[in-house]
Amino acid sequence: MTRQVRKHSWNIGLVALLVLLLGVTKLIQPEFGLSGIESLSRAALPFAFAAAAMAVVVIVGGIDLSVASMMAVTSVTAAVLMEHASGGSSVAIAFFALLVGVAMGAINGSLVVLTKVPDIVVTLAMLFVWEGVALLILKAPGGAAADWLTAAVVGGLGGAVGWVPKALILMAVCIAAVWLPVKHSKLGLSIYATGSDALAAFRSGVAVGRTRIAAYAIAGLFSALGGLSLTMLTGIGEPVPGPYLLASVAAVVLGGVALGGGRGGLLGPIIAVLILRLIRLMLTLMAVDPNVTTIVEGTIMVIVVMVGGLFTLKDRRR
Amino acid sequence: MTALEQAVPLLEAKGVSKSFGTVKALTDASLRVNAGEIVALVGANGAGKSTFVKILTGALRPDDGHVTIRGSEAHVGSPAEARRSGLVPVYQEPSLIPDLDISDNLRLGGVPQGPFLHWVNELGLQGVRLDDMVGRLPLATLRILDLAKALACGPDLLLLDEMTAALPTDLVEPALQVVRKQAEDGRGVIFISHRFSEIAELCDRASVLRDGATVGDLAITPGVEDRVVEMMLGAGVDLGAQSPGSGRGRRHQGRPRLEVGEIALGNKLSDVSFELFPGEVLGLVALEGQGQDELFEVLSGQLRPDRGAILVDGTPVSFRHPADAIAAGLAYVPGDRAEALLMDRSVHDNIALPFSAPLRRWGPLKMRRERARVTNAVNRLQIDTRARGEVRRLSGGNQQKVTIGRWLAAGFRTLLLFDPTRGIDVRTKRQIYPLVRQLAEQGASILYYTSELDEVPLACDRTLVIFNGRVVATFAASDTDEPTLIRAAYGLASRDVDGERA
Repeated sequence: MTRQVRKHSWNIGLVALLVLLLGVTKLIQPEFGLSGIESLSRAALPFAFAAAAMAVVVIVGGIDLSVASMMAVTSVTAAVLMEHASGGSSVAIAFFALLVGVAMGAINGSLVVLTKVPDIVVTLAMLFVWEGVALLILKAPGGAAADWLTAAVVGGLGGAVGWVPKALILMAVCIAAVWLPVKHSKLGLSIYATGSDALAAFRSGVAVGRTRIAAYAIAGLFSALGGLSLTMLTGIGEPVPGPYLLASVAAVVLGGVALGGGRGGLLGPIIAVLILRLIRLMLTLMAVDPNVTTIVEGTIMVIVVMVGGLFTLKDRRR
Repeated sequence: MTALEQAVPLLEAKGVSKSFGTVKALTDASLRVNAGEIVALVGANGAGKSTFVKILTGALRPDDGHVTIRGSEAHVGSPAEARRSGLVPVYQEPSLIPDLDISDNLRLGGVPQGPFLHWVNELGLQGVRLDDMVGRLPLATLRILDLAKALACGPDLLLLDEMTAALPTDLVEPALQVVRKQAEDGRGVIFISHRFSEIAELCDRASVLRDGATVGDLAITPGVEDRVVEMMLGAGVDLGAQSPGSGRGRRHQGRPRLEVGEIALGNKLSDVSFELFPGEVLGLVALEGQGQDELFEVLSGQLRPDRGAILVDGTPVSFRHPADAIAAGLAYVPGDRAEALLMDRSVHDNIALPFSAPLRRWGPLKMRRERARVTNAVNRLQIDTRARGEVRRLSGGNQQKVTIGRWLAAGFRTLLLFDPTRGIDVRTKRQIYPLVRQLAEQGASILYYTSELDEVPLACDRTLVIFNGRVVATFAASDTDEPTLIRAAYGLASRDVDGERA
């Protein structure tokens, strides 16, 4: 039991922080309630997918700077194709967009593994490449999203659990559907092993190169989910990448994923996304100057990571 | 055992050679292991053992020669392939993934849990839980788990590289018993160890590697150790330095340049004391990981000791930063040259750095004076500057000269040399010993750690031997030889070590 608690201590701490912040928000703005949580979840949706994408590559010991650009590519791909598509074919289009994401991620990973150029350089280059591709597909925001797609994120579930926002459910289901099978397979083990100690993993018989490519491909898939969620939320395709790259790195760090690889999960970064979004909302409610908002966000991040680091250090010494 | 099985060895390596650039790591290595046999692979530091092990286990490809497993040519291209052909290695460093728990590590390597637990038990390890995070376990436990993991694969041929080095005594015995049992059951074992007592107890034969070639294959009989040591060391490469004499080993008098009093640091160093006089080269000999790294880090201001005093010219000092040590005249030359040099900068920049770095000298550099000092150092050390530009293009020997040369240019009174000739060719070594002597004659004090014992009589006046964080013996250079040093370094034959935890 205590082992389980210790293993998940970071996530438990994040949840406590989130609950605390929700309480404070309620104090600041007594009207903050279910609709507030609902809009918060919706705003967090693309950030959560971006954070999940980044987390997977960081766990394998890499980094992918092209996450936001890949989101843009899938967003416009879906929006352009869906503009004149029927309901049935739009489902196929959504799947196609996901495949595009996997392909982009696999290309990133293959380039990193085959060229042996540092991942940060390769994916920085791919950031520009995918950005250009998105603009080629769609020059200005446009296209359309299928109705069922936009409906999937608006409002609550209805019924007994009516208050649970659909966006939150969608986030949880999509990420769990991709990550849980992976995490509990040999591939998941290999991802953690490669990130933890690539040499020892190689000696244990792990195909290190293929594992890294697979991790990048999974990141591509999550980016595609993020891109689709953008199209869902806005109803159109957006070719210019949003602020998702740095936000995803922030969430990964705050979410307890070791930047050196091998440690952490996806739950932490997703809770971290909610926390970061909530802080922004709180500051807006408090009518804080938007320029000050980013200063506060940055400060909180450093403090949380520092305090968390102190705790884990203490834990190690024990 | 049938005659046929006897005839075809489990593993046979012949004429294996391997070069890295211009450095020949292996020239003619061979090894033969029959079923039911435990063969020790021995060799001094730098004899090419680790390269040979990497080739046998598929982590490296040989340039020439061939390795056959059970008579058929093996194309062991990767550790995984070696494993499939029945050769399972236990490497010197743990091969378990630190951020996974034990059961995940087993799943990763496809190792069955049942046999693994059986072997863990057999090896005398208590209280291991499969959900223990590997990164939190002590090193000794990891070594046993590595061995249990290897055994659980059911290997035909087991390769154990310094398996017992990190083990406490109570775990060594069960491990050796298990290994012995493996051989009795008709498997083969390659056993690499620095501990002759274990080799004598366990092995059937010893294959001796020296300077990249296999120079002997001896059956283990009582008293064979001396013969093995002799073969390991060889007739001695003629290092060409001047013979001892000319004031060497004389008693140094007067005030010591450096006094170290009862320094202690965690479980690495306990009560290390010595004195270093002006004009003296004090050798330091130790097996790997006996606290010498920490001692040098303390003396160079990188680590602060828990207790103890350091006196420079009679004045107590406390180093908070390497700059303090440098200011006190202590210059540190680390064993890993990459730690000391800016690999992407020029020879000039590297030599000029220590004397232009101190804060008070920020601002314009006195270019002409700087150039003169650098040129002086380059000439004095005969640094080969044909490879213009970046230091990383220089050979290892020339890089080492740069690390020493920077302190020549900056000025120092005490030089802390940590294994300065590691991985350096004989020609450069020949230049380094006289340089060390010359510096000492000019009044410098030099602390000289070396992993190559044959250097001690060539470079040092006195020698300390450190074992398990303590100074266990002190020899004058004149009355020491390699066997004496080896015995002391292994914690043998020293009255100081009696009653200590081995």
